[in-house]
Amino acid sequence: MTNSPRVGVYICHCGINIAATVDVHAVTDYAARLPNVVIARNYTYMCSDPGQALIKNDIAEHNLNRIVVASCSPRMHEPTFRAVIEEAGLNPYCLDMANIREQCSWVHPAGTMTTEKAMQLVESAVAKATRLEPLQTRQVSITPSAVVVGGGISGMQSALDLADAGFDVTIVEHAAQLGGHAAQFYKTFPTLEPAGLLVHELIDRVTTHPHINLMSEAEVTDVSGYVGNFNVRVKRNEEMTNVPAGAIIVATGFETFDPHRKPELGYGKYPQVMTTLEFEQVFNRQSQIVNPKSIVFIQCVGSRDQAIGCGDGKPQTNAYCSRVCCMVTAKQARLVREQFPNADVTVFYMDVRAFGKGFEEFYDQAREDGVMYRRGNPSEILKRGERVVVRAEDTLLGEQVEVEADLVVLAVGIKPRANSEAVAQLFKLSRSGDGFFMEAHPKLRPVETSMAGVFLAGCCQSPKDIADSISQARAAASAAMIPLMRGIVQVDAATSYIDEELCAGCGQCAAVCSFSALSLHPVRGKMTVNAALCQGCGSCALACPSKAIMVHQSTFEQVMSQVSALADWNRLSLPVEAEAV
Amino acid sequence: MTDSYEPRIIAFLCNWCTYTGADLAGTSRLQYPPNVRVVRMMCSGAVDPVYVLKPLLDGADGVLIGGCHPGDCHYQTGNYKTRRRYVAMREILKSTGLDDTRIWLRWISASEGQRFAETITEMVASLKELGPSPMRVAWAV
Ligand SMILES: Cc1cc2nc3c(=O)[nH]c(=O)nc-3n(C[C@H](O)[C@H](O)[C@H](O)COP(=O)(O)OP(=O)(O)OC[C@H]3O[C@@H](n4cnc5c(N)ncnc54)[C@H](O)[C@@H]3O)c2cc1C
Ligand code: SF4
Ligand code: SF4
Ligand code: FES
Repeated sequence: MTNSPRVGVYICHCGINIAATVDVHAVTDYAARLPNVVIARNYTYMCSDPGQALIKNDIAEHNLNRIVVASCSPRMHEPTFRAVIEEAGLNPYCLDMANIREQCSWVHPAGTMTTEKAMQLVESAVAKATRLEPLQTRQVSITPSAVVVGGGISGMQSALDLADAGFDVTIVEHAAQLGGHAAQFYKTFPTLEPAGLLVHELIDRVTTHPHINLMSEAEVTDVSGYVGNFNVRVKRNEEMTNVPAGAIIVATGFETFDPHRKPELGYGKYPQVMTTLEFEQVFNRQSQIVNPKSIVFIQCVGSRDQAIGCGDGKPQTNAYCSRVCCMVTAKQARLVREQFPNADVTVFYMDVRAFGKGFEEFYDQAREDGVMYRRGNPSEILKRGERVVVRAEDTLLGEQVEVEADLVVLAVGIKPRANSEAVAQLFKLSRSGDGFFMEAHPKLRPVETSMAGVFLAGCCQSPKDIADSISQARAAASAAMIPLMRGIVQVDAATSYIDEELCAGCGQCAAVCSFSALSLHPVRGKMTVNAALCQGCGSCALACPSKAIMVHQSTFEQVMSQVSALADWNRLSLPVEAEAV
Repeated sequence: MTDSYEPRIIAFLCNWCTYTGADLAGTSRLQYPPNVRVVRMMCSGAVDPVYVLKPLLDGADGVLIGGCHPGDCHYQTGNYKTRRRYVAMREILKSTGLDDTRIWLRWISASEGQRFAETITEMVASLKELGPSPMRVAWAV
C-alpha cells in the first residue's frame, strides 16, 4: 500500500439504542488512541444527513483513507456508508463496520463489560480497516438471451414474457410435448374453464413466436458460466448444442405422490382405485366409467402425513400441504355429480383448505351440488364383490363407517420430481427440507436463487395452482429481464485472487471450488480466477498449501489482525476518562 | 480469580446464517452474556484453523464457529468442510494439552436468534465450569 492508513472512527449513539447501554464517549476515547486512527467521533445518528456530512468533511479535512463506523449491523447500513465514502472520493471497500447495536447494546446490560466489548469490536474493525485494499467493482457485458428449462405452463409463460420483450429464448423440454401436467387436465378449478383451451393457447403462441426456439425431447447436460454469460449444453438425439444465455429460468415442475407408498389404499391392487391425475384423463376420454353408483374421493394422499413408511425407514409421505388437492377434489366431485346425477359422491378429508380467490365459493357449490363431505382419514380399502369398500373413522360423528364404491379417487399430493437432485446439481441450486428448489429468500426474493442469474418458476419451487404458477413465471421473467435489459452485470469485488509468485499450480484450490471459478493458466501454469464466477466463499484459501490464493476483504492477514485485536484483552485495563471529540 | 473469571470467547460466524441469527437475537432483544467477540466470515468454510487455534494458545477461553445447517450453506458445501476441520482442530487442541471442549461448532440459521443467545449463554456457563484457560497464567487480569 503506497499511502499509509489514516483511519477515521465514527461511533453512533443510535439515539439511545446504543448510547444507553454503551459508554460511547469512552469508546470514542479508546478508539482515538488506537494505531493509525487520526480522528474518532461519536454522534447521535451516523446514518442521518448530518452524520454522513461529518464523515465526508473529515475525509476531506483530515485526508482520511480508511473509515470505521461502529453502529448497527453491517447487514443494515454497509451499503449506506460505502456510498458515503465513495461520494467523498474514497474507494467504497475502504470501510469496515463494528456491530455494536444488534450484537452488543441490544443484547447486553449497561456496564463496563458491554462498553469493553464495544471497544474491542471497534479495535478489531480498525485493525481490519487498516489492512483493507481499494477494490474495483467490475462490469461484464451480458448475452441478451435466456434459457428456460421445462415447458409446462410455468416455463411457457416465462418464455413468452421474455420473448415478447424482445429477448431470444430457448425452451429445453425433455418430453415430446409442451404443456406438462396441465395438458392432461379436463377442466380447471376454480372457473371450470377447459384446460385444453388454456394450454393450447400458450402452446400455439410458443411454437409460432419468432423469438422462441423450442428444443423438445432434449436435456441440459452441463451449465458453465455465470450471470450474464452462461453456456448451457443441451443434448438432443445424441447431438450436443451449446446455448449461450444471460439468464436461466428453471421450471421443471413436479410429480404426483405415488400411492403405492400407502399400500392400505389398494392402489395398483384394485382397478377401481385411481389417482386424481388419472381421473383427469378419464374425463378427457369420457367413455371409461359406466354408470357408477358411488364414488369416493380421499384427500391429502401423501400430504400432511408424517407416517414412516415401508422398509427403508425413510419417510414415505410429505409433511407439507400440497395446496391444490382440496380444490382438485372439489372440481372432480362437481364434474362427477354433473355427469352422473344419480351417483353418490363422498369426500373423505382432514380439513378443507379453500384459501384462494373464488375457492371457498367453489367448495360451497360442491356441497350444494350434493357432494357429501365426511371428515375422517380412511384406514383401508377392501374388495367386496365387484366393488370396493372404504373404511374410515368419521371423526365428526366419532364412529367407524364403511362406504361401498365403484370408484375410489385418491387426491395425490405434489412432490419434487425424481430428477430434482440432478437438476439442483446442474444449476447449483439449493433445496429446502421438503426437496423443492429453494428461493433466495422466502419473502423478499421468491424467484431468485442463491445462484445469481438463475430463477425459479412454478411447482419446482413449491406446490401451487395454475394461477400462482403463472404469477411466479411472470415474476421470474421480469427478474431475469433486470440483468438482460441492463446489458451489464456488476461483479462483486470481494473475490479470490492469486499471488503468482507463490502459486505452484497444484490445483488444490480448484478442486474445492464449488463454482468452477478457478482454472489453470495453460501457458503460465498458474491458477487463474474467473472473478465473475467466484462467489468469495473462501474455501480455496484454506485449501492452498502455500497461501497463494486469498479472498479480498477477508485475507489471512486481515482476519488475523482482527483475531489479535480480539484476543488481547490486556490492553483493555485502561480506565478511560479522557474527553471525547 | 476464579470468582471474577469471565470467559473470553471469539466467535467466527458465517454471514448468511449465524451472523444473521445473531443480529436477529439483537432485534428481538434476547439477552446473553457479553463475553463473546464476533468476527464476521462469509462462510464457516473460510475459518482457517489458525484463526481458531492461535487465540486459544494466546489465552482465549473458547472459540465458537457458527455456520448454516448442513445442506443450507450459501456456498453449498462450506459447512461440510468445516465439520471435518472441526474434528481435526479439536485433536490438535487436545495434543497441546488444552481441553478440546473449548472449541464449539454450532449450526445456527438466520431465523434462530433464540438458539444463538442460548448457545452463548451455555458456552459461557460451560467455560466457567471448565475454568480459565491455562494459557492465561502469564496474564494478569
Ligand atoms: C391432478 C391435478 C389436477 C390439477 N388441477 C388443477 C386445476 O384444475 N387448476 C389449477 O389451477 N391447478 C391445477 N393443478 C395444479 C397444476 O398442475 C400446476 O399448477 C401446474 O401444472 C404447474 O405447472 P409447471 O409448469 O410448474 O409444472 P409441470 O406441469 O410439471 O411442467 C413441468 C415441465 O418441465 C418438464 N421437465 C421436467 N424436468 C425437466 C428437465 N430436467 N429438463 C427439461 N424439461 C423438464 C416436464 O416434462 C414438464 O413439461 C392440478 C394438479 C394436479 C396434480
Ligand atoms: S492451491 Fe495454491 S499453489 Fe495450488 S494452484 Fe491453487 S493457488 Fe496455486
Ligand atoms: S472464493 Fe470460493 S468461489 Fe471463489 S474461487 Fe475460492 S472457492 Fe471458488
Ligand atoms: S455460508 Fe454459512 S456455512 Fe457456508
